[in-house]
Amino acid sequence: MNDIQDGLAERRWGMVIDLDRCTGCGACVAACKVENNIPEVDPSEAKIGRVMHWIRIAKHEEKDPKHGDIRTYPALCYHCGNAPCTMVCPVHATYIGIDGIVGQTYSRCIGCRYCMAACPYTVKVFNWFEPKWSPELRDHTNPDVSLRYAGVVEKCTFCSHRLLAARDDAACAGRDVQEQDYQPACAEVCPAQAIAFGDLKDSDSTVARSARSPRAHYLLEELGTHPAVIYLNEREHRV
Amino acid sequence: MSDTLMTPQDIDADLYRSVEQNGPGFYYVAAGFIAIIVFGLYRYYLQVKYGLGVTGMNQPVTWGFYIINFVFFIGISHAGTLISAILRLTQAEWRRPITRMAEVITAIVLVIGGLHPILDLGRPERMFNLLKWGRLQSPLLWDVVSITAYFAASTVYLYLPLIPDIARLRDRGTRPQWLYKLISWNYQGTPRQQEVLHKAMNVLMIVVIPVAVSVHTVISYIFAMTLEAGWHSTIFGPYFVAGAIFSGIAALMVVMIVFRRVYHLERYLKQIHFSNLSRLMLVMAIFWFYLTFSEYLTGFFGSEPAELDVMMFKLTGPYAVPFWLMIFFNFVLPVALLSRERTRTIPVILIVSIGICIGMWIERLIIVVPSLTIPYVDYPYHPYWPSLTEISLFAAALSAFCLGFMIFARFFPLISVWEIEEGRRNAVRETSERIASYLPDPPPSDDLSEFSSPGGV
Repeated sequence: MNDIQDGLAERRWGMVIDLDRCTGCGACVAACKVENNIPEVDPSEAKIGRVMHWIRIAKHEEKDPKHGDIRTYPALCYHCGNAPCTMVCPVHATYIGIDGIVGQTYSRCIGCRYCMAACPYTVKVFNWFEPKWSPELRDHTNPDVSLRYAGVVEKCTFCSHRLLAARDDAACAGRDVQEQDYQPACAEVCPAQAIAFGDLKDSDSTVARSARSPRAHYLLEELGTHPAVIYLNEREHRV
Repeated sequence: MSDTLMTPQDIDADLYRSVEQNGPGFYYVAAGFIAIIVFGLYRYYLQVKYGLGVTGMNQPVTWGFYIINFVFFIGISHAGTLISAILRLTQAEWRRPITRMAEVITAIVLVIGGLHPILDLGRPERMFNLLKWGRLQSPLLWDVVSITAYFAASTVYLYLPLIPDIARLRDRGTRPQWLYKLISWNYQGTPRQQEVLHKAMNVLMIVVIPVAVSVHTVISYIFAMTLEAGWHSTIFGPYFVAGAIFSGIAALMVVMIVFRRVYHLERYLKQIHFSNLSRLMLVMAIFWFYLTFSEYLTGFFGSEPAELDVMMFKLTGPYAVPFWLMIFFNFVLPVALLSRERTRTIPVILIVSIGICIGMWIERLIIVVPSLTIPYVDYPYHPYWPSLTEISLFAAALSAFCLGFMIFARFFPLISVWEIEEGRRNAVRETSERIASYLPDPPPSDDLSEFSSPGGV
């Protein structure tokens, strides 16, 4: 067990997504794309499975027509406390950071894609080609987020560049970073306020209280990955 | 005893044919293979230039031909050393004309297979991060360690029994003399040298067996250590090792039959060798089926949804044709044709062996791709099809294997000459002595007065 679970780490950033509020509008996807300089992919490439998203709207179709509905839910990196991707990485390019955020070091990644194969949630994406942006976007990339290049794996970082900035601001003000200092782009932009973000270790935080709700559940909980993303769902069928 | 000089060498002159008599045919065939390799390298250059997007891989199928071929080629490499070591260790006398070829296959295929993960890297220039930042907790590092060890052990294991033959080539004045002089280490066949050589070979043949087993076990761990449905299985280690030996024997048979024909080695590689090896292959076919059956039955009976999805995807879905072809090639065909002495003829064995090579390649495909295609979560379905780059690099790898084998045969005998001579000289006597030692001791008989009762008449 690592320190994320045994309580050594002071914080564990986590996210609660209320699926009863989520409309599947995709604002989080767009915000993430812009915030994190995620490259554009040609439609022809996207069609054969090279699409690049750090958060996507997953579609769940019930096989049994009796239940015949399609449910959607935002799927992103779950920042597992017991992350299968970090365990298989041969070069320490993906790792669990001190605040529970699973990071990816682009400059060290050798592009073996073992982490992608090992991730049971299939949330990692690969730079199959040199990334490209339309000219307008290329000139307005987020300077806080490094641009990736061909041959490395990338994924959601919970907008950790915002955490770094918030930490600096807090340090200047002579205090610790607070929950309200830091929100990922998807949580900030969600028009239905379905995405809450905060410290799961602080038992009074919104996310920690929601995580205790009877509506709460984890995706693929049975695998024992201890995700930091929690779904809330009133309905009988989860996710 | 200087066995390099005493034996009349003309008896085994056929064995030097590949080294000493070379027509232009060699160069034509070699040129053909080199052309295929160059084309493959050109496609690889494009892959490095533009990115792995030139392959057919995608999300979620992040591994394709390169990893399949990696597992396949490393599997073939078990032919060699393992079979040759086991046959030597068990003192199977019929091994003598076989071991060398088996060892050569290992050495060549191991290089080719070992390069495949590098083909698969998005950033091959960072390969040395594996040494600089390597995490020994990652199964990929286990692979690096165990394949390196296997390569070291099996090349030495190829080289040691080659030394007396190199000395023979040196003494025959075969060119290039400088090469043979250099790498024969002044071997003269003195009793002391023979003793050291035998001792070293005995140590290596024992060391090489656990190393070989570890190699394919660890390769299976790459898959088995993840949580993917269809991969996360405890049987994978032995399953991969058994499959590796199985495909290794088949590849060895193909090579033996082809080179027997090309270099006229019919006097050495006789029906009995193929018959014995094909019996071994038949046993492995049945064992392979048993493991496959166990693997699928446990998945099916447990009916875990994710596991069952992947399984049905293989058995009845888009991978049904390759799946049942695999069963046909790996089980039905060998059992049908190799069980009877009458059908165990060399052409039939060749067909069955090629079938097993194909079947075992499909097995690797069936393991690698479907589990990735059907992930746990809801993900758009993107089937995997290899691109021209992957196909041409596969062709290049096969050509590199053939070319490597040809070049080896161009410089060294494909059948161990000294072991053949040794066999001719000693095997019958040694074997009869050995068999005599198995026989029950004579009874402490009463009617032999000198052994029995002192008071007897």
